[in-house]
Amino acid sequence: MKSILASAAVLALSASAALAQDVIRMGTEGAYPPYNFINDAGELDGFEIELGNELCERAELNCEWVSNEWDSIIPNLVSSNYDTIMAGMSITDERDEVIDFTQDYYPPTESAYVALSEDADFEAGVVAAQAATIQAGHVAESEAALLEYANPEETVAAVRNGEADAVFADYDFLKPIVDASGGELMFVGDPVPLGGGIGMGLRESDDELQTTFDEAITSMKEDGTLNEMLVKWFGDEIGQY
Amino acid sequence: MSCWETIADYGLRSLGIGERLLPRSDFTLCQQVTLIGSGMIWNIYFGTLALASGFLLATAVALGKAARNPWLRKPSEWFIFVFRGSPLFIQFFFAYFAFLSLKSAYPFFDPFTAAWLGATIVLFLNTAAYSGEIFHGAVLSVPKGDMEAADAYGFHGWSKFRRITWPTMLRLAWPAYTNEAIFLFHATALVFFSGFPARQQKGDALYYASYFADKTFNPFVPYPILAGYFILLTLTVIGLFGLANRRLNRHLPQTRRARLRIRPILVR
Amino acid sequence: MLGSCSDPAALDGLAWLACYLTTGKHMAFYGAFGTVLLLLAITAPAALAFGFGGAVLARSQIAPLSWLGKGYIAIVRGVPDIAFFLFFVIALDQAFEFLRHKALCPGWNQPIWQGNDFVVCNEAKLPLSSAPQWVHESYGFGLAVLTFAIVFGAFAANVLFGAMRAVPHAQIETAEAYGMTPRQTFRRILVPQMWVYALPGLSNLWMVLIKATPLLFLLGVEDIVYWARELGGTKTPQFTDYPHGDWRMWYFLALLVFYLAFTRVSEIALARLMTRLTHGQATVAGEAQRKAAA
Repeated sequence: MKSILASAAVLALSASAALAQDVIRMGTEGAYPPYNFINDAGELDGFEIELGNELCERAELNCEWVSNEWDSIIPNLVSSNYDTIMAGMSITDERDEVIDFTQDYYPPTESAYVALSEDADFEAGVVAAQAATIQAGHVAESEAALLEYANPEETVAAVRNGEADAVFADYDFLKPIVDASGGELMFVGDPVPLGGGIGMGLRESDDELQTTFDEAITSMKEDGTLNEMLVKWFGDEIGQY
Repeated sequence: MSCWETIADYGLRSLGIGERLLPRSDFTLCQQVTLIGSGMIWNIYFGTLALASGFLLATAVALGKAARNPWLRKPSEWFIFVFRGSPLFIQFFFAYFAFLSLKSAYPFFDPFTAAWLGATIVLFLNTAAYSGEIFHGAVLSVPKGDMEAADAYGFHGWSKFRRITWPTMLRLAWPAYTNEAIFLFHATALVFFSGFPARQQKGDALYYASYFADKTFNPFVPYPILAGYFILLTLTVIGLFGLANRRLNRHLPQTRRARLRIRPILVR
Repeated sequence: MLGSCSDPAALDGLAWLACYLTTGKHMAFYGAFGTVLLLLAITAPAALAFGFGGAVLARSQIAPLSWLGKGYIAIVRGVPDIAFFLFFVIALDQAFEFLRHKALCPGWNQPIWQGNDFVVCNEAKLPLSSAPQWVHESYGFGLAVLTFAIVFGAFAANVLFGAMRAVPHAQIETAEAYGMTPRQTFRRILVPQMWVYALPGLSNLWMVLIKATPLLFLLGVEDIVYWARELGGTKTPQFTDYPHGDWRMWYFLALLVFYLAFTRVSEIALARLMTRLTHGQATVAGEAQRKAAA
């Protein structure tokens, strides 16, 4: 499932022959603001797109973006339809058995519950989550009844229209939605630390590419550009490196 | 854990009976076969219920479409056109949104956003429209001689319909109706795929197949298992409808008996 | 985009709507309707070709060939199309790359399946990783077309198989009496005569094909359903100039209207085609035409 949506390919400036010829295809979902989404112009945009382009520039790689449904994002990576995943994917043990991750470019995340009122029963009520995410796994193990939707948008809609008592998702995905709701939606309960930060997913056989991107991420962490980007997309409260 | 224990734990998981948590690591083939099979309960439930209830409405719609009175004919024509003319996939999406807005206005609609009721209603209306069209075609091709003979014997009104028109119509429509049944069962795979959310990880066969595809990151095991189950289901449907076909045709001389040939006359 | 759309927040009513409906994202949505039509235009003849092949195989005198044809028809028809769509594209893609790998890289010494990874040499990749983006897109689209063609080919094969048997036996016997070889009979009599019997089944299949296109997004093609979901979802002001609530209902209503209109037009066109094909045929409808003309 290779698909569309080329966003600007980053031009490789170097003549590092072998690598410059090859295009590194970067897979993302395009439905998870502010990490990655499709902007008004119909192009991929977001924190990970900006970060990925910068990483490719530092690593002197020629990169091209591809969007893919979340459900099949890992099978398509391992069958070589693209070479990396940057889609707000938390580093977990199960995923790590199948693919490799770079070091995290986004600090370990907290997930949070959002509901329509303070006294919503998020512990034993109905909780919506996106299918096949670590959040869905967490809710399935809790006392609450899990209600699964195919995309993150629908999980929030489920709370709005009363299908679910609360939605459980990544804090930084929920925050802009709560801010924009004008008091309709609110965070309830304490945030839950889940997952080991967000990293770039790669095939296990692609050690060389993993090292390259690891170095690029390290250099961005060292000179503070990664922190600037995090603040730009997620606001001042975001954890920094 | 032996395979028998797995079956005991997960055989009825799709109904919420047995182990509460789905397997999360060390997936075995047995677990996949058991859970996907457990999900088939829902496919059979949706298919059977929609088929049985749709049958009655389909007969009414077919007669409505054949009626001379425009107040009966026009609504039947539109009903058939809307449900046959649009993809079931979009009907599911649309029904879910529609039920949501109805629900916020009238508490009566509370259970309609759950798949067990909401999706059944969509499938019921859908199959009624498709079968209605099949029956309509069959009503038109009931031999004129049969009707004249019925008149000569003094049949009229309800008893003429019940004893003559309706059985003949069924007999003529049966091969196409068998196809419709097969495709209805296939269509049940779309329930949890579009619109209706799965609750407490209780879903149909496709839901569990995609659960395993996601957890094992390997689509090549669960989907073929799913395909195998559906082939079995299809064969069962063909077998059962074949028996009914024999009964419908039992009065005919041996040589004229229409053998049930499965042709895709009306599919989705 | 219209020039006055630079500050959508200041607009209201129709002006806002006009700007909203002409964003680049909406243009992609409108373009997706073209994608769907293009897919139908290519898939229909491709599926017919698969169907013809399947029907000929199923009729074959040689038992293994006949089993192959019948098996193809039975298996594909026994399984919901959605189950095929979920893994077929990756499977086809891997199969092609595997074959190319065997042909192009005989000296490759690493395993192709490294744990979970499916790795072939660079020359065998489809399309080559250095290929421009449009090649990747066309390849993805091509795989989608092939998957559709294989699935619907099985249904078409079943229809054509029935239609070939429906051609009156007297016509075949007449052809034989004129001294035609079996091959000539097949080409000159059977195939031209079968269409009138196949058309009702094929028109149904066409309708089914139209209504299966919303599943296109499963095959990785960004189709109208993908865009309707994307555009209709609630938008917060941080990421768009056009924030709005949950409008998916309206977008799906638009899709519903599109499909209804499209099937209606198809129905009318197919009815005309049937009238033309029936002309001069030895069927009830053909006889009725003859009487009306006389």
